[in-house]
Amino acid sequence: MEEIRQLQLKRLQETLTLVANKVPCYQAKFKDSGFKARDLQTLDDLRHLPFTTKEDLRINYPYGMFAVPMREVVRIHSSSGTTGKPTVVGYTKQDIKTWTELVARFMTAAGVTQEDIVHIAFGYGLFTGAFGLHYGSEAIGASVIPISGGNTDKQLMIIQDYRSSALVCTPSYGLTLADRMEKQGIDPRSLALRVGLFGAEPWSEQMRVELEQRLGIIATDNYGLSEIMGPGVAGECLYKQGMHLAEDHFLAEIIDPDSGEVLPEGSVGELVLTSLTKQAFPMIRYRTRDITRLNYAVCECGRTLARMEKTRGRTDDMLIIKGVNVFPTQIEEVLFQIEGCEPHYQLIVDRQNNMDSLEVQVEVNEHIFFDEMKQQRQFVVQAEKRLATVLGVSAKVKLVEPESITRHEGKAIRVIDRRHQ
Amino acid sequence: MKVEQISIFIENKSGRLAEITGVLGENGINIRALSLADTSDFGILRLIVDDSKKALNVLREQRFTVSITDVIGIEVSDSPGGLTAILKILDNNNVNVEYMYAFVERSGDNAVIIFRFDDIDEAILALSNNGIKILPSVRITSI
Repeated sequence: MEEIRQLQLKRLQETLTLVANKVPCYQAKFKDSGFKARDLQTLDDLRHLPFTTKEDLRINYPYGMFAVPMREVVRIHSSSGTTGKPTVVGYTKQDIKTWTELVARFMTAAGVTQEDIVHIAFGYGLFTGAFGLHYGSEAIGASVIPISGGNTDKQLMIIQDYRSSALVCTPSYGLTLADRMEKQGIDPRSLALRVGLFGAEPWSEQMRVELEQRLGIIATDNYGLSEIMGPGVAGECLYKQGMHLAEDHFLAEIIDPDSGEVLPEGSVGELVLTSLTKQAFPMIRYRTRDITRLNYAVCECGRTLARMEKTRGRTDDMLIIKGVNVFPTQIEEVLFQIEGCEPHYQLIVDRQNNMDSLEVQVEVNEHIFFDEMKQQRQFVVQAEKRLATVLGVSAKVKLVEPESITRHEGKAIRVIDRRHQ
Repeated sequence: MKVEQISIFIENKSGRLAEITGVLGENGINIRALSLADTSDFGILRLIVDDSKKALNVLREQRFTVSITDVIGIEVSDSPGGLTAILKILDNNNVNVEYMYAFVERSGDNAVIIFRFDDIDEAILALSNNGIKILPSVRITSI
């Protein structure tokens, strides 16, 4: 225990020195709070530093928070921002190495070996999921099938024919595969599948039982976010008693989301992460908005790293739909851009046949009402197209009558999430 | 010549039409002609009434989304081929019909057709030049 704290302190001091020299945003933050990097003597001193939020990333879009020149950046990823513009993150060669190692670490803890054929059904692209697991699998020496997302029938054919043994996807897509298998009469026992590594969206213990039974696998959870690195921040071992957090690379705090105070060990609160070894995109006290709890007891597997419970929710209004982060403010902006007015809207998130669906109900007003059906339908189609582009996930737009959306104390209720009912 | 038509947005929910006609009835507004365009989610109800200003006000008060559009009415002989002659004129003059609906007059042998054009002035010109009589708006609102 003492050893890891020593290592964390040393790496934290290095990280603070790096950002104090290279990142104007942190220079300003430190100056405002009267903090000097060399003042940090113990890990506890970290609480005197201000937080970093998604808003900071938005202000410094796209490369303002990078701590190295672009010639040292070898990879760029991004995720959705709270408004229009996404969040951009970068990696040096060393960062990619660290990331690869950390993904390989949790995959190994979840039972993946070089004998495995890893079927990666995350979408390859700007999101960190697919590439993170891809590199980690290769580092282990497993055989990677970079199938990417979609085309469920083809996925099943490949799982059968190529003998995929480890499945990587969102838990909801795992259930979609299970449904399709049942429909086609494929017996999970006839497959080589034995483990599943699920991430990118929150899921329940009940879903774990379902995935394990219907796919005939051991299902483990893992956690990450692109602002910090991507997958590999934490992951479960085969005991499935919380996700081992890579404490040698990240410092975790649990805070009261309202007061910002650090909470005592074992409390439930918002997870705040500080990167300890990142070069291109260091993060100091990043507010993840995820609610969880940390357990510092040694795991049955023998690992001493702190374990993070499954996330219990968010402190902001971010939704995760089909593994994609969606903020209601993004939808507001799209609607505003289309007609220059801000109609009342409500998001209905549901899960049908294990697939998330997003419906945006928009109250019609005279600005967006047309006497011609063609124009009215065009408005709907245009809104759906814009939303799909901005959100990265498809949405159905439904026009509803004025004042038909439920209001609470005069404010329209923005989100109805039926997935967990 | 132009007739004011009221369009109302309605969701496809049972009882909505009755609510609208109820509001109009309570306020002594008489519906002269009506048409409904719908999709699975919503519809657009188009009405010609005897007092469109009043109808607009009472519907807005009841929080309906409404708009006013100019349309024209044409009398067509209620016999085979009656409509074709008119459509041919429009086609020859490159005037597009956005939509139309018809009803039969209380007395007489003619049908009245309500037209919504992409360019109403162009349409009126083309029809008048070809001897088609466009009904004065009072003829329609007082049918």
